Amino acid sequence: MFKKLPQNGEKVSIDFEGKRLETVTGQTVAAALLGSGEMLFRESAVTGQPRSVYCMMGVCFECLLEIDGKPNQQSCMILVQEGMKIRRQQRPIMENHASA
Amino acid sequence: MQVPEYDLIIIGSGPAGMAAAVTSRGQGLKVLVLDEQPTAGGQIYRNIEHLELHRNPEFKKLGRDYSEASGLVKRFKNCGADYLSGMTVWQIEKELVVRVVHNSPGQDKKSPLSFKAKKILIAVGAMERPMPIPGWTLPGVMACTAVDVLYKSAGIVPKGTVVLAGAGPLLLLIATRLLDAGVKISALLNTNPQNALLKALPHLPSALRTPEYLVKGAGMLLKLRTSGVPIHFGIRSIEAQGKENLNRVRFVSSKGTQTVDADLLLLHQGVVPNVQITRLLGCEHQWYESQRYWEPVLDEWGNTSVPGIAVAGDCGRVSGSKVSELSGHIAALETARALGALSESKRDEQASSIRAELKKQQASRPFLDTLFEPQKSWIVPEDEATMVCRCEEVDVGEIRNTVRLGAHSPDRVKAMIRSGMGFCQGRMCALTLSEIIADELKISPADVGYLRVRSPIKPVTLGQLVSSE
Ligand SMILES: Cc1cc2nc3c(=O)[nH]c(=O)nc-3n(C[C@H](O)[C@H](O)[C@H](O)COP(=O)(O)OP(=O)(O)OC[C@H]3O[C@@H](n4cnc5c(N)ncnc54)[C@H](O)[C@@H]3O)c2cc1C
Ligand code: FES
Repeated sequence: MFKKLPQNGEKVSIDFEGKRLETVTGQTVAAALLGSGEMLFRESAVTGQPRSVYCMMGVCFECLLEIDGKPNQQSCMILVQEGMKIRRQQRPIMENHASA
Repeated sequence: MQVPEYDLIIIGSGPAGMAAAVTSRGQGLKVLVLDEQPTAGGQIYRNIEHLELHRNPEFKKLGRDYSEASGLVKRFKNCGADYLSGMTVWQIEKELVVRVVHNSPGQDKKSPLSFKAKKILIAVGAMERPMPIPGWTLPGVMACTAVDVLYKSAGIVPKGTVVLAGAGPLLLLIATRLLDAGVKISALLNTNPQNALLKALPHLPSALRTPEYLVKGAGMLLKLRTSGVPIHFGIRSIEAQGKENLNRVRFVSSKGTQTVDADLLLLHQGVVPNVQITRLLGCEHQWYESQRYWEPVLDEWGNTSVPGIAVAGDCGRVSGSKVSELSGHIAALETARALGALSESKRDEQASSIRAELKKQQASRPFLDTLFEPQKSWIVPEDEATMVCRCEEVDVGEIRNTVRLGAHSPDRVKAMIRSGMGFCQGRMCALTLSEIIADELKISPADVGYLRVRSPIKPVTLGQLVSSE
């Protein structure tokens, strides 16, 4: 689990699974959730195991969330914005993606 | 949409990319810098502008390197290079067309998604070497540097008890930073073999040319000792335990089996070059045995085997932020020469003082690389149920079986059991995969090769593909 040190900056509120979370601008969505005590981000694609942030630098894709209705968003690289609606990723869907 | 054209496109705005931008702009080149992170600074200086502005006392505590880096970020922002952040490069075509996607949803229609260059500099840095142990997919088990990124970029620190496990300078650095932030470290599981120092000693005289690194290291060790963090040696195995979250860490050391409560387990086995793009481009790579990773083959100016493509910074060889910055300057001078903006003699003249500093900064590397040689037992997990490919959930045993069935290359294994086929596209398992195949066949990973990296290197939706055309 994580906690926030005193935060300066412009206040922003986001919605996570129907809960209102307060944070500040300049933070990534992943950091904002962890700082609010949220650990569970998504279910794994094959067997639905609980998963959370692993690398915080864009390589592991463990932080995928549904943001403003779009699935598969890499939350460790997306900055929070006022009113963002965020949901846990049920199972990442590769079907509509072109991938190697 | 028209494709904007540049003399030089730099991928990555870490120390290497920022330095290259400043120097190439100084030679009058038209430059574009692309980075997938929302802010400049790279991994070591993530979100540094925000840190300096909004959390100045903490910024000051991070020391001189950070204030110097803040200067570099300012010079970079003022150098006249175009800079686009929050955009991931997912493809580079032979004609040096670079294609990107926005990371924030709903931005793709706002700006061009393809750019053309005469030269490309890849400065995408390094990533942590995956350290697969049983239970490492549980929430609460993280890469060690992730916690440092959270602290520096967002002022978020661990709550509860933390266990650190692994080896390497960054592990020590991050342990001391956590202590400074008032975090309780309940155990440090040191996986470095006990004879490592002895092995590294022959490289000590060279390392003494930059004594500041050694002094810094000794200071960190002292701090850990005096703060009473229990350090365990002779670690043979580590297991993360819990159901929905990590609760405990069980480990076997020279003193037997122990279990400690933990809210967070931070793993670290050093960092390795991010080769996704150089692999995609078909650059020649070589196996660096001491640190057990692949690196692109470079000449003394950072040129790869592919015309028009150069490399600077940790994605060439992991050497730290100072060396990365210097190599960025060198690559930029060479680019200016190749494009006719600088004569060969002027290039050499300007490079010579940078090279002298580079040599000095590299002097401690052989010592560090030997002191922290990655151990096979932490790369090829003994427990066959250990997950290797986190995305497709493939374990060590399945990979070994597939190799025994005749799949002797990473691509054959991938085709049969999907390891490396998930969202991360092999970033988190490719090295381990090669190591396991090599172990099974009793040959070197150098002879096994690496997973073939294909475009797109980041999953893109069909909509994004269409809008980039
Ligand atoms: C997570 C992490 C934390 C670290 N923290 C420290 C530390 O505290 N102290 C220390 O001494 N060393 C640290 N290191 C090592 C340090 O990162 C390097 O020595 C140094 O930052 C290398 O500089 P660079 O310019 O080569 O690359 P980096 O600083 O890594 O910069 C590379 C940049 O490229 C971008 N990029 C990567 N792929 C793409 C793509 N496909 N498209 C667009 N952009 C892309 C990244 O977002 C990044 O900003 C850390 C390493 C990691 C991985
Ligand atoms: S946490 Fe690894 S990609 Fe976001």
